[in-house]
Amino acid sequence: MRRREFLQTSGALVVGFGAAALGRPVAAALGQGPFDTRNSGIDPRQLESWLKIGSDGAVTVYTGKCELGQGMQTAQAQLVAEELTVPVSRITIVQCDTQLTPDQGTTSGSQSTPTNFNERNLAQAAATAREALLTLASRRLGVPADRLAVADGVVRVKDAPAKTVTYGELVAGQQLRMTLSPTAKRKPMREWTVLGKPLPRVDMVAMATGTFEFVHNVKRPGMLHGAVVRPPAVGATLVGVDESSVRSMPGFVKVVVRKNFVGVVCEKPWQAIQSARALKATWTAGEALPPHDAFYDFMKKQPSRDVLVVNSRDIDRTLASAASVVKASYRYPYQMHGSMGSSCAVAEVKDGKATVWSPTQSAYPTRNGVAMVLGLKPEDVHVIFVRGAGCYGLNNADAVSYDAALMAQAVGRPVRVQLSRQDEMAWENYGFAYVIDQRAGVDAKGNIVAWDCESWSVSKGGRPGYNQPGNVVTGMLAGFPPATMTARDAVEPTGELRNGSNAVPSYVAGCVGATCGAAGTIRSERVLTHTIASPFFTGPLRSPSRIQNTFAHESFLDEIAAHVKADPVEYRLRHLSDARLREVVQAAAKAANWQPRPSPNTGAPRSGGNAAMAGRGMACVAYEGDNGYVAMVAEVAVDTSSGRITVKRLVVAQDCGPISNPDGLKNQVEGGALQGLSRTLGEEVTWDDRKVTSIDWRTYHSLPLGFDVPVIETVLVNREGVEATGAGETAITVVGAAVANAVFDATAVRLREVPFTPERVRAALTARSTNDQRAGA
Amino acid sequence: MASITVRVNGAPHTVDADPSTPLLHILSDDLGLRGPKFGCGLGQCGACAVIVNGRAVRSCVTPVSTIGAADVTTLEGLGTPERPHPIQQAFVDEQAAQCGFCLNGVIVTAKAYLDQNPRATDADVRQALAGVLCRCFTNVRMLHAIKRYREKHA
Repeated sequence: MRRREFLQTSGALVVGFGAAALGRPVAAALGQGPFDTRNSGIDPRQLESWLKIGSDGAVTVYTGKCELGQGMQTAQAQLVAEELTVPVSRITIVQCDTQLTPDQGTTSGSQSTPTNFNERNLAQAAATAREALLTLASRRLGVPADRLAVADGVVRVKDAPAKTVTYGELVAGQQLRMTLSPTAKRKPMREWTVLGKPLPRVDMVAMATGTFEFVHNVKRPGMLHGAVVRPPAVGATLVGVDESSVRSMPGFVKVVVRKNFVGVVCEKPWQAIQSARALKATWTAGEALPPHDAFYDFMKKQPSRDVLVVNSRDIDRTLASAASVVKASYRYPYQMHGSMGSSCAVAEVKDGKATVWSPTQSAYPTRNGVAMVLGLKPEDVHVIFVRGAGCYGLNNADAVSYDAALMAQAVGRPVRVQLSRQDEMAWENYGFAYVIDQRAGVDAKGNIVAWDCESWSVSKGGRPGYNQPGNVVTGMLAGFPPATMTARDAVEPTGELRNGSNAVPSYVAGCVGATCGAAGTIRSERVLTHTIASPFFTGPLRSPSRIQNTFAHESFLDEIAAHVKADPVEYRLRHLSDARLREVVQAAAKAANWQPRPSPNTGAPRSGGNAAMAGRGMACVAYEGDNGYVAMVAEVAVDTSSGRITVKRLVVAQDCGPISNPDGLKNQVEGGALQGLSRTLGEEVTWDDRKVTSIDWRTYHSLPLGFDVPVIETVLVNREGVEATGAGETAITVVGAAVANAVFDATAVRLREVPFTPERVRAALTARSTNDQRAGA
Repeated sequence: MASITVRVNGAPHTVDADPSTPLLHILSDDLGLRGPKFGCGLGQCGACAVIVNGRAVRSCVTPVSTIGAADVTTLEGLGTPERPHPIQQAFVDEQAAQCGFCLNGVIVTAKAYLDQNPRATDADVRQALAGVLCRCFTNVRMLHAIKRYREKHA
């Protein structure tokens, strides 16, 4: 796996100070550095790029992984406090700033913990520094390092505790200049005193008292306010704007047009909002959109880019000789990030240099995108991360950064832009819609002998990376093309199993060549994926593709278990070989007091009326194959007259390796579980023939704070001696199938299309009872 | 534009603004307050909530001219980092936040409701929060924090 490769650095542990002549390698031009870093002006191979120690012992940490609400700032403070052996209170964290922090790409993909907490990057920097400081202390105190002990940044001679020296005294105002040592060891988990503890969030008090600075609160001297005017329809292009329609509006400063980008700048935010509404702009009609209610069928008929992820080349034969074959098709809609606050950024362009205060997950890529949009050099753009509302992936953070930069360049003064709710929702990079067809062959004993999966999903744009600003709306409007899908036939898989999208079900062996990398036992396997061109922008949304694939795989496993009348937990274990996935399945079942029996529950009341029917369901996943393990049991009640599903209890067992902060992890699991529930029960992007129609919280259905919240029980499997994995995208991934399986257990009705709205549930119940009557007649 | 005086957290502030300007923009832009936030601008999510005459009001859809002489209390008017209000402390104790952007709406709405309805049941509280969003879905901890406050202080 590429992200786990250790790219050898120079390796020399040169303990020295001060002068650059001490052999600090000059940072190479933009290029790959170790562990998903890049060489910017800040060299990720150098210790001082990651942390500095003041003569007063204060520690400043520079990290390219930022706090998005997931607790990363607190966890990174714990990491450095632990490895360096200093109090958390002495640590200041500087996050994601293109003049100060190493380029770590994007804070995304459940990669912050793997890349900064295992023996690499920030963890390696802290461990390197501790070893170096001990070497210096050994010289200073004249005793071997193994006779020294450190506590709170003070080094002591073990058998002469009066002999001490502080970190501050050791560095004496200079910086430790050395390369990160690949041999510097992290402290073993059993010695942790700060990591692994439920440290309160360092930002919590400020958030609760309204003193925390979000990007929305950034103010610059002479700052103006901008609002965007987006096209009225997908694909519409600008014919012209009539500036006279707003010139006399109060506070009006300028209409900014760049190809199809239109913005209005005013003195005050409310003036900008009103002027943007009043501006007369003429647009072409745009493109006709495929009908929403027939979109899944449309997807299957489009040219596509195809990938065979696994193919044992015997699937048709095995299915033909199976005792029985089960088939089902699953559907997952476009969904949105729907950030709580619409996206906001502040920009300033002066003397050919730009500064952008941005809620981006990707400081350096955003810097390059802004530079392209403004026609500047990347080194003349400074991106400073300031937190926005939770993004859950690629929301409009990048787009609004370009918006603010374009308007600031046009007016020559700082401009703050906050999108309207409609602009936020109508032009996001949505989470992918999916259709997933499944077929499985079962032998005479009821074991699965073949699994065939074929999926269709959508793509347009995505993360801009370092050179594709057109992958988000503003860049496209300003004239940069989005990445588009090019049709291509599948070729046979080679190399190693790539299961980062969880396209491959856990229950198959996942063999590519002679190496098998999935979590299961089924040897006859085929996974074929098709990607078609999307009419809407798409991009990563918490558990991208993983949530859709897992909904289909985990629902289908239950369908097969029901077909052979097996208990869903026992049936999972029967086909799983991965020890860690098996363990979380067993842990969740145990915590939920799972009683083995097949679904549906024939003991549950079956008659009509208002009877709420109760059921339980299980789902599990090895996230991305090996980046976190989770199993969930959902207990639901289904009101058969209204079609309303109430989830009563969620039991989640999770293994993400050594736990940095159990309370922070629990918070992520709880939030992921409920966000998953909202996506399962209500969330769906809708559109008419020209434009998106889910544009606010009345038309895009999120569960509110006050919904009938289930009891959530978490079982955290804390594991030493393995790498720390991601933890923010695991629980959300299994909610859809756990609920669908529980609804089936309760009602014998199978829900195969997300979201499970009351209308869909009622329709499924009606169809089922009609079939029953026909069968009985 | 007109000269408008609003009382916020006990002190009068005079600003030059269009009387139709939503109160939120006066608070966050003119006065530089960080508590009330623009979430939707449509009164649908609660992020902009402030307390006026004891009730939670959606400041993003409330023209400043309608406030009159009433005192507006914002999240920062409840307590400070050094001396947080008991409901703020309850949220800290429960670690009831992720990104924190919704926190203003949740705390302000719950406080105003519980002050008016100190004997509210859990179901009442949930009903009162039916129009408030947290997109990180920190619901469990937030409801615990509100309960903690209600049991000790309301």
